[in-house]
Order: sequence, then structure tokens, then C-alpha cells
Amino acid sequence: MCLAVPGRIVRWLNRDATFAQAEVEFDGVSRVCHMACVPDAEVGEYVIVHAGMAISRVNEAEAQRTLADLARLSELDADEEPAS
Amino acid sequence: MKFLDEFRDPALARRLLDDIRDRVTRPRVLMEVCGGQTHSLLRYGIEAELEGTVELIHGPGCPVCVTPVEAIDFAVELASRPEIVVASFGDMLRVPGSTRSLADVRSSGGNVRIVYSPLDAVELAKNEPERQVVFFAVGFETTAPATALAVLQAAKLRLDNFTLLVAHVRVLPAMETLMSAPDCRVEGFLAAGHVCTVTGFGEYDDFVQRHRTPVVVTGFEPVDLLGGILDCVTQLEESRAEVTNQYARSVERSGNEASQDIVRQVYDVADTPWRGLGVIPRGGYRLRPEFQRFDAAERFSGLISLQAVSPDSRSNDECRSGNVLSGRLKPVDCPAFGTHCTPESPLGAPMVSSEGACAAYFRYQSLAGH
Ligand code: SF4
Repeated sequence: MCLAVPGRIVRWLNRDATFAQAEVEFDGVSRVCHMACVPDAEVGEYVIVHAGMAISRVNEAEAQRTLADLARLSELDADEEPAS
Repeated sequence: MKFLDEFRDPALARRLLDDIRDRVTRPRVLMEVCGGQTHSLLRYGIEAELEGTVELIHGPGCPVCVTPVEAIDFAVELASRPEIVVASFGDMLRVPGSTRSLADVRSSGGNVRIVYSPLDAVELAKNEPERQVVFFAVGFETTAPATALAVLQAAKLRLDNFTLLVAHVRVLPAMETLMSAPDCRVEGFLAAGHVCTVTGFGEYDDFVQRHRTPVVVTGFEPVDLLGGILDCVTQLEESRAEVTNQYARSVERSGNEASQDIVRQVYDVADTPWRGLGVIPRGGYRLRPEFQRFDAAERFSGLISLQAVSPDSRSNDECRSGNVLSGRLKPVDCPAFGTHCTPESPLGAPMVSSEGACAAYFRYQSLAGH
């Protein structure tokens, strides 16, 4: 139930503070989502959607950074191994 | 799919597994808090891969599993009344109450509707003004913003036929309760990523310092989970205890402030009963006094009492869900597991819910031990 998935904003339908909605695409399927928690998100950006509502914007730079950090960490280890 | 595939990369996952094995000098015990993480750990065989290196104790993070029987019985009673519709997430339907589940009432003609979002229930109330629509509001901090927004929308629309049956729970107080048990073996936590998406992780600082226990904010894909485990065991090996964030693409330190604001407008923090764990101080939410008119327990208190039957008379002797939820018992060690208790005929909520630990073991059992 805490299942939440990233989707891409296709277009805004309404930007009212309480009733804000946008069309969000998940793997080719579009769905209307409530957007009150991400009022500044832009078309093309990814948001995390849970129970019909976007709860955060996905930060692309952070995603890349996490992957790079983990890859570096495991490479470091691989390098160290033969020496130790 | 972007932001999913990269975090399912098998080569990176394998390297991370090796790193974890290299780093650990003695077996470590971690708890993943969220049931969604439990399912991923079993689905991708991570738990089995780490056997003997890292033991993962499955936390209480299945909202359906911790919803008190009283709340389910109340929902069942409501749904039996012709003028009331109970709207709920699909997961709640087959969770056993003391005598019946919502699915049982539905098959005998009760009004139970499955909705994907609490906001769909507002729509339902708008379209069916002749009926009372009650949304069964279960879930952690992740879900509370959507149910709170439903109340704000209903208030703006001046709906007088929409209410919530509130059974929301909060994660950190439950971690606190587990840690204070004398037999707690947990050395580090993988914090629930989507809860932190909303709340941020500043509130864990004090917890980490007091318990000298690392907390790593962790996502749900295999690389996320392995990254979280690696971070956590590295801290343990280096005798550090910090709050770190391995789910930075979705979680900021301060969380999502707009959603926190919506929750604060609608709810107060309250001491709350958890099924299997008892009343947890500050363990949930209740509607603020100005939104009391949206409280189903209040509106229908004349019809049904929330404490109609004493809790003792309803305990299900065979189900050990309390021990499973507190990490004391592995589902496979429950005598009923897979015999008297299966997803088709569940004795307890953890066997029903898509996030329940017992259901996860049942579903992925064939993967375990490989
Ligand atoms: S296996 Fe069934 S009876 Fe045993 S704890 Fe899990 S839900 Fe309860």
C-alpha cells in the first residue's frame, strides 16, 4: 500500500491549490493524478505517485549521483581485493 | 521504465552483494521497516543471498496488518447498512475482522467499493449525494496526505455525506516501541523510503543518537535495498551510527513540505492502537477538532460503537501476527503458515495484504533458500 511509482507529467489539467490535477504517464499508461503536493512540478518531470496523488518530484541528478556512488564504491572494493 | 530499470541492474546488484559479504565481519541484524521492502527482498531473493551475513527482520510496516480489529468491525457494520457505502483500498477487503471481513459483507450484499485513491471516494460522495460515503483511511505517513487532501476537498465542496474512518499510523513511534523491547535484536534500520518522501528524515536524528543505531533511508528496488544494507553494515563495522539517505532521488532531508502542511491542517498526532503491538504513544493521527464532522466514528457513533466487543473476546489464538509484526517470529515458523493459513484462507492480515510478511513468504517461498 505504500507502493508508489515514478511517472512523467504529460500535462497539467488544473492548478487550483486543493484540486490540482495533471495527466501522468506510467510506462505508456496515462492516469489523472492529484498534484496539490507538487505545485511547482513541470511537464516532462517525474513525480512519485501514491494513492492517486503525487507526493514528491524525482530528482534526476540525485538518481545519477546515487548510481555513480554505488558503482564507485563497488569498484573500489573490487580494486582493493587483489591487494589485500 | 526510467528510475526503475537502472535500480534493477543485475550486475550492479551482484557487485553490491559481494561488497556486503566482504564488509561484514560477523552476522548483522537489520530491520527493514516497510512491507513493500519486505516483498522486494523476497521477490529478488536478496534475503536468501544474504543468509549467514545479514539477517533481515521484517518490520511492522504493513498498514493493513496493524489496523485494529475494532476498526475493521466498525467498517463491516457500516457497510451492512443500506444507506452507507464503505470505500477502501483493495488490500483491506479480505482482512479478517472478529467475525467477518469487508469482502464477506460485500458478498452478502453490503456496500463496499474498492478505490485506488481516497480522492476517488470524494468523487463518489459528490456523485451519489443520497448515500453516506465512508473512506477507510489506513496507511502510514505516505498515505495521510491523500486522505487529508480528501477532507480538504470535501470541506471545499461542502459535502455532508463524506467521512473518514481514520486508522492512520506513524512509523517512527513504532520503531521506538520495538527498540525499547528488552529482547530487541535490531542493530540498524532501513527506514521506509516513501514515508520519508513525505516526512523527510530530520526526525530520525534524535532516535539515532539515543539508540546508537544507524538508520538508512532506503528505496524499494534491488539496488536501492542493497545500497541501503551496504551503507548500514558499513556504519556498524566502523562503529558509527548516523542517519543517511540512499533514496535521494525521491527523499529530501526536509521531506515534502506541501504534504506535511496538508496533514497538519487536518490531523493531530495521537496515541493509537496497533494490531499486535498495542497502543503506541503518538503512533497515529486523529482528525483535528475543526474537521470532526468528517469523522465516521463520530458521525455514526449512535449507530455502532467502536468498542462494541471487548478486544479479548476477539483474539484469534492461532494467528501469531503480533510476533511477526514485531520481528520476533519468521512467518515460516508460525505453525499455521501454509497449512491453516494461506492467502486463499488467511487467518491474519499479514497473509492477506500485498505488503504482509506472511504473504511475501508464501508467494516467494520457492525462491527462498536458493
Ligand atoms: S502465517 Fe497466518 S496465522 Fe501465522 S502469523 Fe502469519 S497471518 Fe497469522
